[in-house]
Amino acid sequence: MVSERIDTVTPARAARLRARRDAREPDLWALLDDVMDPEVPVLSLWELGVLQDVARDADGVVVVMTPTYSGCPAMEAMEAAVRARLHAAGHANVRIVRRLSPAWTTDWLSRDARRALVAYGIAAPGALECPQCGSTHVTLIAQFGSTACKALYRCDDCREPFDVFKSH
Amino acid sequence: MTKAVDGDVFAYALALGDDALIHGQRLAEWVSRAPTLEEELAIANVALDHIGRARLFYARAIEAGGDARSEDDLAYLRDADAFTNLTIFELPRGDFAVAVARQFLTDAFNVPFLAALAGSRDAGLAAIAEKAVKESTYHLRRSRDWVLRLGDGTVESRARMQRALDATWAHCAELFEPFAAEERLLARSVAVDRAALERPWRATVDAALRDATLTVPTTPAAGYRGRSGRHTSHLEPLLADMQVLQRAHPGQQW
Repeated sequence: MVSERIDTVTPARAARLRARRDAREPDLWALLDDVMDPEVPVLSLWELGVLQDVARDADGVVVVMTPTYSGCPAMEAMEAAVRARLHAAGHANVRIVRRLSPAWTTDWLSRDARRALVAYGIAAPGALECPQCGSTHVTLIAQFGSTACKALYRCDDCREPFDVFKSH
Repeated sequence: MTKAVDGDVFAYALALGDDALIHGQRLAEWVSRAPTLEEELAIANVALDHIGRARLFYARAIEAGGDARSEDDLAYLRDADAFTNLTIFELPRGDFAVAVARQFLTDAFNVPFLAALAGSRDAGLAAIAEKAVKESTYHLRRSRDWVLRLGDGTVESRARMQRALDATWAHCAELFEPFAAEERLLARSVAVDRAALERPWRATVDAALRDATLTVPTTPAAGYRGRSGRHTSHLEPLLADMQVLQRAHPGQQW
């Protein structure tokens, strides 16, 4: 099971955790913690690793986001959701900056995010275990699934097909 | 990212964007026609990666070009002779083996190309490549798998895979031919030395074809120069299909 693995904190994730701990705008972060991935609604955009930073400047609020895949069609929906959340809280002027580098990686997913994925029925990246029965006897059906970030597998024990969040 | 107008970076980013867009459009033609539902999803996802990549390269081109054109203007309002994509991307959709051949031969090029471009002195191009190389690496796993499955498959699948490789091979020489702006950018450590990639590309291709019991083609180069706008007759119908909406209703959105 995922929870029994030793959790390793990659340098990239450690940097994200530090940035979050030292955040200067806790109220803005709290607002955006409500904004979920439209395709995987158990992960916030922060947990997913798409949300990089939020800050105030002279013109309003600046949000920095990193796309998962170059052509991910959910990116526009994510940006619209971020805008809507900030507008609803009275921040009229919102600017979104897309940052490509460093490139998004599933190394940024937290332990909680990985648990949330499995509970939702999606195997976590790098952990090829059936989210239904925990078996590691699994077969690849297709390298691409219903969204850009997932692949499709089948469990050879319980015979259920399941999505895997691709290691990226 | 630099904001200075730079005609060579404009031409280079435009060419890389054209490659990605035309390949993405050819892949999109497979939607509703793929052999299985899983392949349908795979091809559509790969198409989206390429079209997303095209948008990023076009955005960098516009920044370097310093004019008022939009990504949509570049994609929808240029004629065939203004497109600078390599001709391998515009070849007709063909059968599934043709799609696999094109994907494999260009993935095998894109992986070392993008890995090198990620070290470009142009921060904008480097960032696009840093992201795209991860996607192309994943694409190559799938396209190589298919070369093996079709090549080392049935008599029919093997014959079709070989035929597709032989036909596509004639357009591979262009992958390694730099154009003038690219050569100037190479001297500035902005562009990648694509001629130097032929050897690693051949190593990847030869190994896969050997594993797939296929023969390395000997088809001579077709002699087109997509980078100079010297295209095959297949590009115009592709553009007519892709551009019809924006040509008929300029500025239309959904």
